[in-house]
Amino acid sequence: MSEERGTGRVKRGLAEMLKGGVIMDVVTADHARIAEDAGACAVMALERVPADIRADGGVARMSDPVLIERIQAAVSIPVMAKCRIGHFAEAQVLEALRVDYIDESEVLTPADEANHIDKWAFTVPFVCGATNLGEALRRIGEGAAMIRSKGEAGSGNVVEAVRHLRSIVGDIRRLGTSDDAELMAAAKNHAAPFELVREIADTGRLPVPLFCAGGISTPADASLVMQLGAESCFVGSGIFKSGDPAKRARAIVEATTHYADPDVVLKVSRDLGEPMVGIDVTTLPESERLADRGW
Amino acid sequence: MSVDPRIGVLALQGAFARHAEALEEVGAHATEVRGPEDLAGLAGIVVPGGESTTIGMLLRSAGLWSPLRERVSGGLALFGTCAGMILAARGLVDPGPNDREPLGALGITVRRNAFGRQVDSFEADLDVRGVEGGPFHGVFIRAPVIETWDSDVEVLAWQNGRAVMARRGPVLVCAFHPELTQDRRIHDLFVRMAVGEENL
Repeated sequence: MSEERGTGRVKRGLAEMLKGGVIMDVVTADHARIAEDAGACAVMALERVPADIRADGGVARMSDPVLIERIQAAVSIPVMAKCRIGHFAEAQVLEALRVDYIDESEVLTPADEANHIDKWAFTVPFVCGATNLGEALRRIGEGAAMIRSKGEAGSGNVVEAVRHLRSIVGDIRRLGTSDDAELMAAAKNHAAPFELVREIADTGRLPVPLFCAGGISTPADASLVMQLGAESCFVGSGIFKSGDPAKRARAIVEATTHYADPDVVLKVSRDLGEPMVGIDVTTLPESERLADRGW
Repeated sequence: MSVDPRIGVLALQGAFARHAEALEEVGAHATEVRGPEDLAGLAGIVVPGGESTTIGMLLRSAGLWSPLRERVSGGLALFGTCAGMILAARGLVDPGPNDREPLGALGITVRRNAFGRQVDSFEADLDVRGVEGGPFHGVFIRAPVIETWDSDVEVLAWQNGRAVMARRGPVLVCAFHPELTQDRRIHDLFVRMAVGEENL
């Protein structure tokens, strides 16, 4: 019978399938194969991992399509790619390339300081970063089918992701105890669409899956954010900037699945080699804080 | 049903929470399965959608692969959706390097990502044999299809001439995601199969 594509349910459906998994940043087909072999549920195809984007400076843009195509050819799991905030033409190119998810990402240099992409206009689903509940609901209002914490990408430091997750999950919990009269004020305070605020007050959860990104480097980091309410982990620089990427990738996958079992997290945490070198986020000048991009 | 049957949901990766909700709504007691000890006392198990390569790896590292295969060959009811159908199959068409041996719960071969990438994912109404009350709304996410099946396997639904749901004995598989809709007829069918009320 007739087939309907690009519906909200189909877009959110893929995010449902990625739950309890790890989405890994990869820059080459070899990385992608290592990630798939280690149990990644998807990969994010990039030209440079966030730590290198941070180190190199300059304008960070959508990857060369050839790099993404090589990764698509190398693995059978979903392949995601990033476009700049507000750069709907990059998103159109990525959709034409048939990537499985687009990350409208603060890791790249924003192209529009006022507007994010109208994501309803696309068949391909989008994930967007958020630092708080209002930001998450604005992105969902624009059509995002998955929300991830922004964290501080490329820092190797989970502190910002924890701040963002606690803020989002805590505000969802508080909406659940608000009465009807308080919801409009909540919508005003969060600068968020009223209908979405009311939906969260009724259901106690975001209407799309909530994943965590930004600074996850160890199995215990993954366990921490899952226990705080994340439904999956994005791991960027933390794997391929470490001493033994294959082993660390596998360990983070195991820790994400068995996040509530400290014995498993202990077992997989042993002897992983050098982690990526982290950055104390408080020493970063404001101009280098990626989480402040977008609104 | 007299006592709520205990149905396990393989909770290693994927849409397991949605299945647990659906099972509870049709009167089953849903429990998450993350290790071999969780298989005790189950009347059936759901293998959910997710990434089959990821779940296949985690099944082995959790020590679940052999015990689950033994339980299923011993007659444990199994319901596999999407990745779960891939894992339940006897074999895969054109397997990739990370496609490990599936459980072989029923005699089908499956092609992964048979409709294409996510932009080709779709919803469509299906006529499902054995499910009364009008069409079932199927949500297909990077879905597989059943490419070949043994003569004792019954195909229950088709989409554009491709087999997308099948059953043999207490094993039920579908390429789409009933857990992503509010229609509980297929979960209800499976729970009845698990307690032996619905025999082929």
